[in-house]
Amino acid sequence: MSPGRRVLRLFLYQRELTPIVITIALFLYFTIKAGSTFTDSLSLSSAAGYAGPIGAIAIGQVLLLVLAEIDLSAGQVFLFTPWMMYWMHNDGLPIVIAILIALLAACLVGAINGLITVRLNVPSFVTTLATNFILYGLVLVESNDAEASPIPLSGHTGFASQLMGAWKWSEILWVVALTILLGAMLNRTRFGVRIIATGGNLIGAAEAGVPIRRVKVWCFVLCSFLAGLVGIVDSIKYGTLDPGNFGVDYILYAVGACVIGGTALTGGRGTVLGALIGAILIGILEDGLTLTGVSTNQFFIYVGVVIIIAMALNVQFDRLIARSRSR
Amino acid sequence: MSAAPQPSEPTPPAVNRGEAVLEVRGVTKSFGALQVLRGIDLTLRQGEVLGLVGDNGAGKSTFVKILSGFHPPDGGEILIGGARATFSSVESARTQGIETVYQDLALIPQLPVFQNLFLGHELTRLGPLRLLDKREMRKLARQYLDDINVNVPSVDAEAAQLSGGQRQAIAVARAVRSARKILLLDEPLSAMGARESRLIIDLVKDLSSSGRVSIIVIDHNYAHLFELCDRLNVINGGRITLDVQVHETSIEELTELMVSAYRRQLEEVQNAGA
Repeated sequence: MSPGRRVLRLFLYQRELTPIVITIALFLYFTIKAGSTFTDSLSLSSAAGYAGPIGAIAIGQVLLLVLAEIDLSAGQVFLFTPWMMYWMHNDGLPIVIAILIALLAACLVGAINGLITVRLNVPSFVTTLATNFILYGLVLVESNDAEASPIPLSGHTGFASQLMGAWKWSEILWVVALTILLGAMLNRTRFGVRIIATGGNLIGAAEAGVPIRRVKVWCFVLCSFLAGLVGIVDSIKYGTLDPGNFGVDYILYAVGACVIGGTALTGGRGTVLGALIGAILIGILEDGLTLTGVSTNQFFIYVGVVIIIAMALNVQFDRLIARSRSR
Repeated sequence: MSAAPQPSEPTPPAVNRGEAVLEVRGVTKSFGALQVLRGIDLTLRQGEVLGLVGDNGAGKSTFVKILSGFHPPDGGEILIGGARATFSSVESARTQGIETVYQDLALIPQLPVFQNLFLGHELTRLGPLRLLDKREMRKLARQYLDDINVNVPSVDAEAAQLSGGQRQAIAVARAVRSARKILLLDEPLSAMGARESRLIIDLVKDLSSSGRVSIIVIDHNYAHLFELCDRLNVINGGRITLDVQVHETSIEELTELMVSAYRRQLEEVQNAGA
């Protein structure tokens, strides 16, 4: 095999490579353009601040995209779960219990999404669109439209508080750790094989004995859980909750990050690591454009262009793989 | 050719050929208003290969999907080794020793050959973590495919990259490898070239000669059926209409039978229309 073909093969099968190269190129570009203002800790933590929430929602979303499903409510779960924690804690529950109940609520939302999708045969696009609105409404009603502040643990210096978000790097580290775990789950466990099988050939997987419905429901639960967990960390990091925040903003970036990372929405294929890299790419783009004095409004145009190019590449790569029949 | 390795299952005790392993009594199945099976009665004996013959739409595939646990039957009963069996899922049929090769093959295009070969039977380690033992699966897959002379570019090639015949060979090999009591083959040779057909026929004969596994095979090619099977059942209009030993009939007789049944049906339709 010629070196050129070998490189093409590598990029074909290691989908994360293309966005990694682009992210590094962007990083170098902004470093040259803006110098130390881009590479200092303040700027990098702000890039991580963009990438963290998008990444947390994107990595869970990958599982559903591999299943040829989608969870539009994950962004709202990211916002709703810390509210739940806040309310429980205000009602006098210890913070650990409040966090556990909030996470349980997040899982319940996922379970409801999953069960409605597989039992009532409602497309997940619609199921989760609806739960997104319901959660948004719940927050508005229960909060009486008032901001929540202060968030418990926020600003504290103890280890547990720092770990749970008070330290500015803890959120992105959570996301990186969860990415590693989730990536290993998808590629190295029996459950991961079942996800790929269900998304790659639904009927075939069922015929081969994969419990396709159970697999789907668990993935909805996982996606909600991850969004809720990092949502709590995010709220502790910033110290306030705004009831007017709308989760759809997050979900659109998250799906964008998945696509940029190399996941097509056709099912059967996806990369968790790629989703994180997609989120980091978006974070660097937003931070870098702000620092180099480009109007932030242009950011959206760049994001759009990147997503289109990435998706076109994903589809072409998939076709190349299918065609490369080596007899 | 060496026998299929069965690393995960212990060798079952010596068998008594001729005993009924599977008895089907009056099984019915409808999809909406369409009654596909109108009371199937069928017996499969230990170690035998039974061919199911019938027109398209006669209910062969539906019957196979009931035996494999994919569809629940509406009525009737199924006995395995004399005991009444109910399958709530493919998994439960499989734990009772039934493996199936479906017409659509049930391969996952995005998974490599070795993972397709172990789909539903993955080897795992570290207990509850169920971490895939990819190295062991690769090794066993390579060994097994070599043993049965199936050529694939690599066990790491994705199923999407295989030719139709290769895909079919993998699907059959998967079921043959893990079959313990009963193997159901729904048109296992339809996409195959001569060489691959020969390979699969040998594989199935090999398995049946071991006497451990009883086989039901659906095929439209009478030559294949007459080579593979001990007995043939004709299914027509959702019922078994003929049960005959292969040595008591011939391809010509069977063809004539099928054609005359078809003519009769055609006349009935025409008379009903007149």
